[in-house]
Amino acid sequence: MTVQLVTEKGKEKCDPAFTKEVMERSHSHLERCYQCIACSSGCPGAYQMDYPPHQLLRMVQLGLKDRVLDSNTFWICLSCETCATRCPNDIEIVLVMDALREIALKEGRKGTTKLPLFHATFLYMVKMFGKVYELGLILVYTIFSGNILKLKGLMRDAVLGVKMFMRGKLAILPPRVKGKAQIKRIFQLSSKTG
Amino acid sequence: MAKIKYGYYPGCSLESTAKEYDLSMHVTAKLLDVELAELHDWNCCGASSGHCTNYELSLALPARNLAIAEKAGLNVAVACAACYLRFKQTNHDLKKNDTLRQKVESLIEMPYKGNVEVKHLLEVFAKEVGLEEIKKRVKKPLKGLKLAAYYGCYLVRPPDVTQFDDPEQPMLMDNLLAALGAEPVEYTHKVECCGGSLLLGRVDIVQKLVDDICQAALDAGAQAIVTACPLCMANLDTRQSKTKVPVIHFSELTGLALGAEPKQYNVWLKKHINSPAPILKAKGLI
Repeated sequence: MTVQLVTEKGKEKCDPAFTKEVMERSHSHLERCYQCIACSSGCPGAYQMDYPPHQLLRMVQLGLKDRVLDSNTFWICLSCETCATRCPNDIEIVLVMDALREIALKEGRKGTTKLPLFHATFLYMVKMFGKVYELGLILVYTIFSGNILKLKGLMRDAVLGVKMFMRGKLAILPPRVKGKAQIKRIFQLSSKTG
Repeated sequence: MAKIKYGYYPGCSLESTAKEYDLSMHVTAKLLDVELAELHDWNCCGASSGHCTNYELSLALPARNLAIAEKAGLNVAVACAACYLRFKQTNHDLKKNDTLRQKVESLIEMPYKGNVEVKHLLEVFAKEVGLEEIKKRVKKPLKGLKLAAYYGCYLVRPPDVTQFDDPEQPMLMDNLLAALGAEPVEYTHKVECCGGSLLLGRVDIVQKLVDDICQAALDAGAQAIVTACPLCMANLDTRQSKTKVPVIHFSELTGLALGAEPKQYNVWLKKHINSPAPILKAKGLI
């Protein structure tokens, strides 16, 4: 039997398996949330989120999988830990957000932000070099995110880049780690099991 | 006082965008007789992108560094607040779950028993060397300098993992600055987020958060903001759109007060986008 919920968006399907998966991945007692809104009140990113954290938690409780996973909330989340620190019920909200990102990526839902691309580029640098190659990260992300076509931001960052370069703050060559092969294996093994 | 020695983990930023943090850290540690032995062949901790997308990876990357330290028989002193939390979180999670610890050992192909203690260098200086000892060693008190101590997120949160200080009203950095002779100001944004991992992905959000923090510091009468994290520094120093508050690492100020040479601190100070040199000059400190 499929449970449906009548919301402002019409009839929506409730998926209890989704709620369970989020709870298991995040080791969080989501059922404890009683909507006190402490999380959203202190959230520095809430003003840009499709749903503030307390609403997202409610939707996860209800199993509104599509609405949750297609929202930008967990991509915007800064992992600043303010919500989890203040939650009176000790819900690990940041771990819930991590779990949602993992599930979204597993299901190939990239959402409306460029943040999955940022994380992938960042980790690619670590996989290739063992450390973050900052100049490489900036250049690759700027090109592939399409930011290279946004003139105003590009000019601002180009000016900043030159200033940083002049101050010796941007290493031209990538960093080196001797155990590069070992790092690559860590990536391969964790992605199999993660 | 017994010699303090740590395995030093600078983190990726300290090799490029936060070079001045690394340089000043070494000088300051030396002035305080703290020996920093850089961890052999360390790697990136995975930062936000690691834990955001792959939990096991987010434990394995720091664990490789911790295993290197364990093999060398050293505890770890971390310079970056973000790396600090990743290390602390790894220890925290592995201590709770031995199956997970063994899993991570198999990922990194190295033994790690979980016995390495992790400290931030702010803790090493202010708690371990101690404020009394630092006071005794101050050669150039930072007199008349009003400073906003900025902690950001990962030193203080999650509090059960970092166990650094009070998560809402930390005082460790304020007390250090006071010991150096400066006047730490009370302000509203000392643990607000700077935008951290959105630094490239959502510059608009970073800019707003940075502007709020800088304005709060100015409103409280601060002449500069002090950080203990290379990412907070990068965001605060480069993304201010309405203010021009100089931002300076705690290690630079500590080194300056303890008598670092001009040829040392001039190199650090030249690397900032909003230079702290004018205010330091006005106070007769450089």
